[in-house]
Amino acid sequence: MPKPGELYQRDRERHPPALTRDYKTSVARSPQYSLISLQNSVSEITGPVFGHNDIDPIDNDLILNYAKPGESPIGERIIVHGRVLDENGRPVPNTLVEAWQANAGGRYRHKKDTYLAPIDPNFGGCGRTLTDENGYYFFRTVKPGAYPWRNWVNNWRPAHIHLSIFGTAFAQRLITQCYFEGDPLIDKCPIVKTIPSQEARDSLVAALDMNGSIPLDTIAYKFDIVLRGRRSTLFENRLEGN
Amino acid sequence: MVQKLDYLQETPSQTAGPYVHIGLAPGAAGFEIYKHELGWDIAGPNAKGERIRVEGLVIDGTGSPVKDVLLEAWQANSDGNYAHPEGGGDVEEGFRGWGRVITNFETGEWAFETVKPGRTQGRNVGVQAPHINLWIVARGINVGLSTRLYFEDEVEANAADPVLNIIEWERRRATLIAKRSERDGQIVYRFDIKLQGEDETVFFDI
Ligand SMILES: [Fe+2]
Repeated sequence: MPKPGELYQRDRERHPPALTRDYKTSVARSPQYSLISLQNSVSEITGPVFGHNDIDPIDNDLILNYAKPGESPIGERIIVHGRVLDENGRPVPNTLVEAWQANAGGRYRHKKDTYLAPIDPNFGGCGRTLTDENGYYFFRTVKPGAYPWRNWVNNWRPAHIHLSIFGTAFAQRLITQCYFEGDPLIDKCPIVKTIPSQEARDSLVAALDMNGSIPLDTIAYKFDIVLRGRRSTLFENRLEGN
Repeated sequence: MVQKLDYLQETPSQTAGPYVHIGLAPGAAGFEIYKHELGWDIAGPNAKGERIRVEGLVIDGTGSPVKDVLLEAWQANSDGNYAHPEGGGDVEEGFRGWGRVITNFETGEWAFETVKPGRTQGRNVGVQAPHINLWIVARGINVGLSTRLYFEDEVEANAADPVLNIIEWERRRATLIAKRSERDGQIVYRFDIKLQGEDETVFFDI
């Protein structure tokens, strides 16, 4: 088995640029100089390793992980599930996936969120899990509501779940957002539209998955995540440069 | 026509948004949900080496502190080994080398405690100067920003570091050097990160 090597170059045209004027907050927070490209060293091809001691089994169940005993949050019961893969199509096992979201009314349990929709006493809004040996993960939660935000005066975020993924290398670290099939707010959102290509935007929309649903109980959405792939070092790199 | 390559494409990044703390540091968002919050202890109790505190601000293009940022740190132990199967060698029991910190919501100051990392192996030959890899996410940052913190007192190692030397503009290298001082018997390194404008920090495409 060849030794795993450095990561494939990140396709920066698929990601949003730093400066996206219609997402106003990016204007003062975007570096003006170009990023300096590094060939990977040990610092980039390694990353933190997590295990089952780090989390509790209930952490991926947002319906139960903050609810009072015998109660549950208001909202549409959903499962969000899928696989974490790399660009070679291989599953990424045992990797940490963290999620956070607003409640069904579009309100976050956060001291900085002052939206008038109420806090749900039975909903925390965060979860985490490790992928299994096939790269599979799942969360159970309630579908988040849309919420207004200050950008233009009448901007609304489509329903979304924020996701944080580690992979096996610090250079694979990724935060993204998962949207839901059929939401008319997706195409109006300045944050979605920071992503230049329609095809890449579409890759953030989870598909309604009737087969993954639990009849009379919970409806499912499928959301696969792709992290950067790694070369196999078939030949030793030339010892030039660094 | 040619044969089709069957690679997948990386999922695009989206901003971590203003409520990143709920997901990644819920205690700081004002509620207790997990038994263990991850990332508050970088080095663990058994790590050898010099105990240090690292602190700073993230400053935006208007010169104002960014008060809703989250930083992650990834570093080697004092022997220069990362806690990873390909990390170069063994690390102390309990050393993870990874941490996560948010800013004070009022002042924007952030700080973490750790041990000073050792030199690490270079890409192919040579060594890299001691450094901490940092990843910065926040509202308004569309793709997490990667940078490196180097140490002021490692003059010789810094001068030979392959990554610092790849930065064409010598005066920009200074943006990656943390300033050392001593306060109440503790070693403190100051590392302010400027997202934009004069003395903009060097960010890497890793
Ligand atoms: Fe959000």
